[in-house]
Parts: sequence; structure tokens; C-alpha cells
Amino acid sequence: MTSQRRVISVTVRDEPGVLVRIAGLFARRGFNIASLSVAESEVPGLSRTTFVVDGDPRTIEQVQKQLQKLIDVLKVVDHTETSFVDRELMLIKVAVRGPDERVELRQIAQDFRARIVDVGRHALVFEVTGDEGKMNAFIDQMQAFGIVELIRTGRVALPRSGQSHTALDAAPAA
Amino acid sequence: MTGAEVLIRALERQGVEVAFGHPGGAIMPVYDAIYDGDVRHVLVRHEQAGAHAADAYYRASGKPGVVIATSGPGATNLVTGLATAMMDSSAVVAITGNVPQQLIGTDAFQEADVYGITNPVTKHNYLVKNVQDLPRVVAEAFHIATTGRPGPVLIDIPKDVQQAEFEGDLDDYDVTVDLPGYNPNVVGHAGQIRKAVEAIRNAERPILMVGGGGQAAAEQVAAFAERVNIPVITTLMGIGAYPAGRSQALGMPGMHGTVTANRAITNCDLIVGAGLRFDDRVTGKISRFAPNAKVVHIDIDPAEISKLVEAHIPVVGDLRDVLPKLEAELEPLAIDAWWEQLQEWKAKYPERYKTDKPLVSQEVIELLREATGGDCLVTTEVGQHQMFAARLFPTSKPRTWVSSGGLGTMGFGLPAAIGAAFARPGETVVCIAGDGSIQMNIQELATIAKHRLPIIIAITNNGVLGMVRQWQELFHAQRYSEIYLADSNPDFAKLAEAYGIEGHNVFDRETARALVPEVLERGGPALINFVVYESEKVYPMVPSGAGVDEMMIGDQEPDEDVEGVSA
Ligand SMILES: Cc1cc2nc3c(=O)[nH]c(=O)nc-3n(C[C@H](O)[C@H](O)[C@H](O)COP(=O)(O)OP(=O)(O)OC[C@H]3O[C@@H](n4cnc5c(N)ncnc54)[C@H](O)[C@@H]3O)c2cc1C
Ligand SMILES: Cc1ncc(C[n+]2csc(CCOP(=O)(O)OP(=O)(O)O)c2C)c(N)n1
Repeated sequence: MTSQRRVISVTVRDEPGVLVRIAGLFARRGFNIASLSVAESEVPGLSRTTFVVDGDPRTIEQVQKQLQKLIDVLKVVDHTETSFVDRELMLIKVAVRGPDERVELRQIAQDFRARIVDVGRHALVFEVTGDEGKMNAFIDQMQAFGIVELIRTGRVALPRSGQSHTALDAAPAA
Repeated sequence: MTGAEVLIRALERQGVEVAFGHPGGAIMPVYDAIYDGDVRHVLVRHEQAGAHAADAYYRASGKPGVVIATSGPGATNLVTGLATAMMDSSAVVAITGNVPQQLIGTDAFQEADVYGITNPVTKHNYLVKNVQDLPRVVAEAFHIATTGRPGPVLIDIPKDVQQAEFEGDLDDYDVTVDLPGYNPNVVGHAGQIRKAVEAIRNAERPILMVGGGGQAAAEQVAAFAERVNIPVITTLMGIGAYPAGRSQALGMPGMHGTVTANRAITNCDLIVGAGLRFDDRVTGKISRFAPNAKVVHIDIDPAEISKLVEAHIPVVGDLRDVLPKLEAELEPLAIDAWWEQLQEWKAKYPERYKTDKPLVSQEVIELLREATGGDCLVTTEVGQHQMFAARLFPTSKPRTWVSSGGLGTMGFGLPAAIGAAFARPGETVVCIAGDGSIQMNIQELATIAKHRLPIIIAITNNGVLGMVRQWQELFHAQRYSEIYLADSNPDFAKLAEAYGIEGHNVFDRETARALVPEVLERGGPALINFVVYESEKVYPMVPSGAGVDEMMIGDQEPDEDVEGVSA
């Protein structure tokens, strides 16, 4: 079966150790996480996590079912099946060798709508938000200048519908 | 009231009658509360044994088993027991003490990250930080352990929480379980049930495969099987969920299953899987498993559906709900040709073994079955003796067969006998062991002696780690690496006697025949050490990685000088 990249979000109760449960589950069942991000949601006591996982359809189904079995997990949504928006934030430090490069870098940043958040004598730090494709394209461009270091948050995703998944989750199950 | 007292009261409220455990520094307030509480405490000699006893208590009674241990080494000793219970879906509630909260994270004396360590081997676990949470946590723990797919739950309680004063009246305290993320689905989907009915109705060569989930639903399994006239295969964990002796029973599937069961799987056109998880010991090589069959899979855990074997018609739900609904829609199947084929295989391949050599394990196990009339509880250790027992001493009532299947834990059987004995007072428990396994929790002879439990321990002592030896003989060119025990085994009879338990060493058939009924008559506790033939092998055997149709039939192959016994 063919491997696919899926974006899955999970609503969890804010219990200590919940992240350990999720990360442990991925590790011991051999699921491949490409990225993972967690933060509080708009509902007090609940957090939203977004994962990007790689796997064949059967593996992805297992990932979801196994996540659903965790007592602290309220809801698992595979965004790939629906229309969703996803974003990632990256901070990337790029070497600069002289004024020409500086101008050129500013131009590229503008094209990508990246912000310059730190200006140093030998390096610039850019903040880039967008989807995976944009991140990769930006990194590609920066390769020529020399990437000093970079950090990415991993993807976060929301469905395009008008409702809140978290709020739905908070309602008692039928 | 202190946290420790709250805990004991909460256990009483859950109807806990007995708890197995071992005290230590970080759990002393709880032991102080046990001193005058109503929960009976059974002191085991190793925490692992306590966990196995609690596990077996559940398996034999359907009521959750409780084990208590101290922090650090006490708690880590539970891990094998929890993993065993997790694999076999057994409802255990484990309670551990931990160091006081202000010391957590400081490498304090006897501190271990029990919450972290037990996370992968429990259905859920708790670290209780506030004494006010205790009543709720205990209620949730029992709810989670016993509902849906059963499993172990651990509650870790720092010592300061055990000592803290509980505010308010426990009797007024609301312990309604509110777990929005936990809603086991017990009621089968009507549409899926309709599809399953249709598939069963149209089958020409159907089989029902019953697993460990059937232990809670034996009545419904029997009613369904008999109504529908469907052949029944029981996994190692399903033994007893359908009576082994009935004509519809084909025995166990898989690696050491019967020829008939494995051929039935290979040739069937429909599998109704009921409360089993298609373990690799059952399926063999998946691509060769039931190549012509449609699969109806009924399981309470949605994650088991299509995990390994693709389910064409999944039904998520409790067997107790689903099977009666299927039964109600079905007439007996007219599948005479299929039955004829199955009965032919059954007749051609009865259980058999050769007795043209010293005493063998199989005949010892048969002697035990005959002497008990099959009416007892059986626990096993892990190895050849376990497989011989599964084949020659499968019990006929639910919750009477207690064996570690999923984890295959040597050291399980003896403490499991203790748990089973407490679960079903007055019933005889036969523990079938190997000389290797028995030594992994042999200290529990003390617990058995102390409570004078009606346990008969039968060691089939082949002087080797027999199951490993079998693999070495068959697949490792007879390179017998580190399996030899005989030269340093203790005198098991004397060992039993040292604990104050009746002990016997038996070296020949005649003595075995005479002694077994006599010892059973006395009712135990007793240990009989049967010195048996070293090189006996369990057949049939599906080599690891082969299909179940690729059995090595060995001495199950019919020939003249074989003593045939149909079980
Ligand atoms: C040395 C050795 C050899 C072995 N060889 C064999 C062999 O030859 N053949 C064999 O069969 N096994 C063998 N085993 C055991 C094997 O490893 C597995 O433990 C066993 O096959 C699992 O049984 P099961 O599928 O019935 O599942 P269990 O582990 O008992 O799982 C029960 C299933 O039922 C579900 N369930 C629970 N309650 C309910 C309910 N109320 N309603 C619906 N569903 C429910 C659960 O979700 C789960 O999926 C061997 C083990 C050892 C140690
Ligand atoms: C704790 C543990 N360690 C190792 C094993 C691997 N193992 C499986 S069967 C077996 C041999 C068991 O020997 P014995 O108890 O004498 O039984 P026999 O096979 O001889 O009947 C071993 C070592 C295991 N199942 N459990």
C-alpha cells in the first residue's frame, strides 16, 4: 500500500502526561510522526494537537483508532479527508556576506511575505508562515546563501467549516 | 479521614473483597488503613505474583483484581504483571505508593517514575496529587478497568496524599464517572448486524472463532453456535468459552492448534470472529490465512478491526449484545458436506502421542483431567506443558482456563492459581507447570501454604526449557544452548515439604496413575513433580512465519503403534 502524508488533529484533556501518552503510543506502535504541535484550545481544559504522520491507509486508520482509545483523547479528526487550512511557522537564520546579498535576501523575503525579525552583522533571521510547500520553497532559496540554523513549529490545522471542533467535543457524547 | 482511609473505603465501595499485595515504606499509611478495614489482604512474596494473582482473580471471577505495592522496586516488580494483564485484556486495579510529592523528581529513596514506566502497559494510569481527587480516581479506575475492553489501571499515590486529611464527608462525595473521551461501544450497529446475518446465511463452509472476549459471553456463544449449527474453534484465550467436549468443537487454531481447526481455517468460506484479535500465533503467515474466507469480526475494541486480518463485515460491540441479535435472525445452517469433511479430519487426527518411552507430559495431563473429571480450574505456566494442557485438558466452562497467552509470561501460573483460588473458594485449582517456569515465582508456595489453598501443582519436569529445546531441535540444528535444568533443579518434593506443602516426586507411569487420583481426593495444597521424557515435542506445529496450512504434523500423523486418544 502506498504511503501518504496525513494531517490529523486531536483534542485532548489537559492532563499532566497526556503528551507522553500520545508520543509513547506513536513510538511503541512504530508510527512515523513528521511533526507534532500542541497548545491550549479556546475551551478551557482542552488542548489541540496537530500531527503530520506518514503511513499507508491501514496504518493511518490504526493511528486514529489507537489515539481514540486513550482516555484523555476526546476527538480525532483526519483533516486530509476534508477541506482545511494549515500553517506552520519557521524561524530561519541565514548568513549574509555583504550588502548585495542583504538586498537580494530582502527581495526574496518580500516575495515570500517573510518578515525579518532580527538583523545582525553576519546574519538575518526570517519569520515565515505558511503551508509546507512554502516552507520548503523558502528553505530552497536560502540554501544558496547558507542556512545557519532553522526551527519549525510543525503544522497546525483547522477545518474550513464554521464550527469549532473543540466546542463540539466538550459536549457530552450521545 | 486520611487519604489512605479514603482509599480503603473507596475500594470497599467498589465491592473489593480481597487485595493481593506487599507493603513497604511509601505505602505504609495504606497498610495501616488495611489493618482495620474490610478489604481482606493477601500477602504475596513478590509483587509480580501479586499482579498475576489479581489478574487471575479477574479471569476466574469476572470481578476486578486488586494489587497493592510500595514505590520504586515494589512498583517496578508489578510491570511484568501489568503487561501480562494488558495483553490478555484483564481487569486489574494496581495501587502503588510513591515518595511524598515534594521529593518527586529528586531521585529520592525508592523513587521511580511509575506513572511513566507503567503508561505503556496499562489501559490508563493516574498519579494522584490531591487527596480530594481520590474517590473520583478510584471510581474511574474501576470503571475503565472493567468496561469496554478490560485492562489494567494503575493508581500511583504519593505518601503525603495518603496521609493528607480528606475534607468533607465521603458518603456525600459525588463520584459520578464523567469521562467524555471514553465511551465504549457495546451495542452492535444494526446495519452491520444485518450484513453479518446475510453472510452467515449464505455461507457453505463457515466457522466461528471464539477468543478471550468469549469468556464474558459463554452463554451467548453457546446459544449462537448451537442455533446456527456452526463449527467452533477456540483460541488459547477462548478455552472454556465454548465447551471443549461438544461435537461442534474443533479445538484450538494456530501454531499448536489441531489439524482440524487449521484445515477448517484454510478451507472455510466464512469466519465469524468473536472476541479475538487474530494474534500471529493464531494466523500464522497472514497472506495464507483463510484465503477463501469472508470475515465477520465482532469485537468491542474498534482498533482490533482490520488491524491484522481484514474484516469484510466489522461489528463493533459486546458479544453479549451482538450474538443474540445474530442468533435471532438465523436458522440452523444446512452444511452437511462441510460437517462431513470436518468430522473426517477430526476422526483421522485425534489427539495422540506415543507412550513407547518413559512417562510423557501428555499422559500426566490426561491423568489430571481424568481425576478431576475436568471439573476444576486450570492455570498454566508457559511452554510445552501449556500447549499440551490446552490440547488435552481444555476446560468446558467459562473463566476456568487461566493462562498467559499474549505475553507468554513464565512465572504466571503459580500465582495465578492463588488468584483463582481466592476468586472461587471451594473449587480445586490445578496448576500445570514446567520445571523452568515454576521457578520464576516459586516463592509463592509460602502464600499457598499459609492459606492452605486447594491447589494441586503438577510439574511436568522434563529437565529442560522444553519449548526452547523444541525450537533448537527443529530449527537450530540441535544446538541445545542454555536449556538444561536437570542437573541443578531442586528436589521439588522436598522443596514443597519445606514450605509445609505435601510433595511427591514421580518417575514412572504406574506411580503416576495411582497417585494422581489420591492427591486430588485429598484436595491440596500439594505439589507433584513428574519426571518426564526430555525430548517430547508439541505437534502439530506451524513453524513461525509459515501458513497454518503448513503444519508439521509429527506424531499426530496416524500410524499403527500410536495410542489414540480423542479429547
Ligand atoms: C507458547 C505459546 C504458544 C501459543 N500458541 C497458540 C496457538 O497455537 N493458538 C492460539 O490460539 N493461541 C496461542 N497462543 C496465545 C496467543 O499468543 C494469543 O494470546 C491468543 O491467541 C490471543 O487470543 P485471542 O485472540 O482470543 O485474544 P485475547 O487476547 O483474549 O483478546 C480478546 C479480544 O476480545 C475482545 N473482547 C473482549 N471482551 C469482549 C466482549 N465482551 N465483546 C466483544 N469483544 C470483546 C478484545 O477487544 C480483544 O480483541 C500461544 C501463546 C504462547 C505463550
Ligand atoms: C519470563 C519468560 N522468559 C522467557 C520466556 C521464553 N520461553 C518460552 S517457553 C520457555 C521454556 C519453558 O520451560 P518450562 O517451564 O520448563 O516448560 P516446558 O516448555 O519444558 O514445558 C521459555 C524460556 C518466557 N516465555 N517467559
